[in-house]
Amino acid sequence: MENHIIDVRNLSKKYPSGFHALKQVNLQIKRGEIFALLGPNGAGKTTLISIICGLVNVDEGQVVVGGYDVVKQYRQARKQIGLVPQELAIDVFAFVWNTMVFSRGVFGKPRDDAYLEEILKALSLWDKRHAKIQFLSGGMKRRVLIAKALAHEPEVLFLDEPTAGVDVELRRDMWRLVEKLRQRGTTIILTTHYIEEAEEIADRIGIINHGEILLVENKQDLMKKLGRKQLILQLQHPITQLPDELNGFVLQLGENGKTLTYDYVDNQPTNHVTEVLAAIHRSGIELSDVQTKQSTLEQIFVSLVEDAR
Amino acid sequence: MNWYAIKAIYLSELHRSWRTPLQSIASPVLSTSLYFIVFGSAIGSAMTEIGGVSYGAFIIPGLIMLMVLTESTSNASFGIYMPKWSGAIYEVLSAPVSAFEIVVGYVGAAATKSIILAMLILLTAKLFVDYSILHPLWMMLFLVLTCVTFSMLGFILGVVADGFEKLQVIPLMVVTPLAFLGGTFYSISMLPEFWQKVTLFNPVVYLVSGFRWSFYGTADVSMTLSLVMISTFLIMFMLFIWWIFKTGYKVKV
Repeated sequence: MENHIIDVRNLSKKYPSGFHALKQVNLQIKRGEIFALLGPNGAGKTTLISIICGLVNVDEGQVVVGGYDVVKQYRQARKQIGLVPQELAIDVFAFVWNTMVFSRGVFGKPRDDAYLEEILKALSLWDKRHAKIQFLSGGMKRRVLIAKALAHEPEVLFLDEPTAGVDVELRRDMWRLVEKLRQRGTTIILTTHYIEEAEEIADRIGIINHGEILLVENKQDLMKKLGRKQLILQLQHPITQLPDELNGFVLQLGENGKTLTYDYVDNQPTNHVTEVLAAIHRSGIELSDVQTKQSTLEQIFVSLVEDAR
Repeated sequence: MNWYAIKAIYLSELHRSWRTPLQSIASPVLSTSLYFIVFGSAIGSAMTEIGGVSYGAFIIPGLIMLMVLTESTSNASFGIYMPKWSGAIYEVLSAPVSAFEIVVGYVGAAATKSIILAMLILLTAKLFVDYSILHPLWMMLFLVLTCVTFSMLGFILGVVADGFEKLQVIPLMVVTPLAFLGGTFYSISMLPEFWQKVTLFNPVVYLVSGFRWSFYGTADVSMTLSLVMISTFLIMFMLFIWWIFKTGYKVKV
């Protein structure tokens, strides 16, 4: 069994409008991982997903899913994929149960009511199985879309902005389900605007902008490598200017004169936390509190996207 | 062949019709019955026989054709246009199904519905008019071919249309007038000679004529020509659908 369930090689896509959505994209997704694809609007996230799922034609390059080319061996490739689209794209006049039976059938699987029941229960939809989708709330409709994507037991699940506009309860249910799917070995690829979500659940993060993959990293490595830290020192007595001992360090004095902030990058030679603290001790400044703060994935993301501009 | 997918599309499309029984079944049966009452029983009683067939019986094949043509086109076009419009089409397009299987599912369901409607109308007609079917097997063949062919036309319209209004243009502005002028209510031999020639450019003439031949053994044009014409349309629409999926026209970018 190959290690990569999805292998994207030199993939390019230009729309008839002339918009170059993807430029020579290379991306490998490991079997069983949760991969978060981040990028601003129009970065190429949905185009990339759409090509992998067969919704958009390939211009150049190749996509292989589970060892099968998505164009030449589309049947075997697509059988392994479940897609939850960004929009609430669903036949609102259908009934929940019927739409589930449809989804499983259209992906070539024999009917399995027990499995469909399990999925509906996991998404708190079982009570609504005889309801017309039209009468469900927006959050419930999204649950139905997720249930539909899982109806044929896919190996890979794409969640395109799954939590946009959904309530806390659904979000919690959804991440619980994602965790359960991961335990079963399902690979999950999600795009999200809520970067803290990616931070919380993803194993690896990919950042895409202007149709190019800027980086792909393990979440921890990314946070370590690019995560900035701040040392915040609360002073017992306000000061108006930095004492001479602190010259040579880039320190910011707070407006009230009672905080000193030092920015540094963890595990880097530029990290002079010890020296800063020793200099403060020499200067006779008395501290009332010491704090450190780590920058979030969101800050990393923003700085990367801005650097690329 | 993904039989499960064909079955899923086919059954889901049939369910869609059963969800609205008044609109899908009662309405076309009722409106066709009104034609029988007005033209068959009321006006028809004052009309002379055409080719040895009472006027009420004469119009049955034409009326069935009229209903089958409009229902097949509008039902099949709606069937594929709705998921396109709502975006739900993503599911079928991302599924392991071939274009052929998609068409069999959608067109098969629309054609089945039209065939069921035609049967219901045949039964309803018995209440108003006395008629017989001389060649029942040929009648079924013509019926199935017409339903499939015009469901294909509907499928094409549904794919090509980019608005609800455009969806209705061909069924209302083209198919219905052609069906009315295609010998539904009259034999083309009743027209002045010039219009008899003009009317031969109307493809529906061949469908109505062939279908009527299967009932009463008489026709405006030869049965073979009717069969050739309907087969030509079938092949034409098949090729067009094949081209749509090959190029991704209005389906994929």
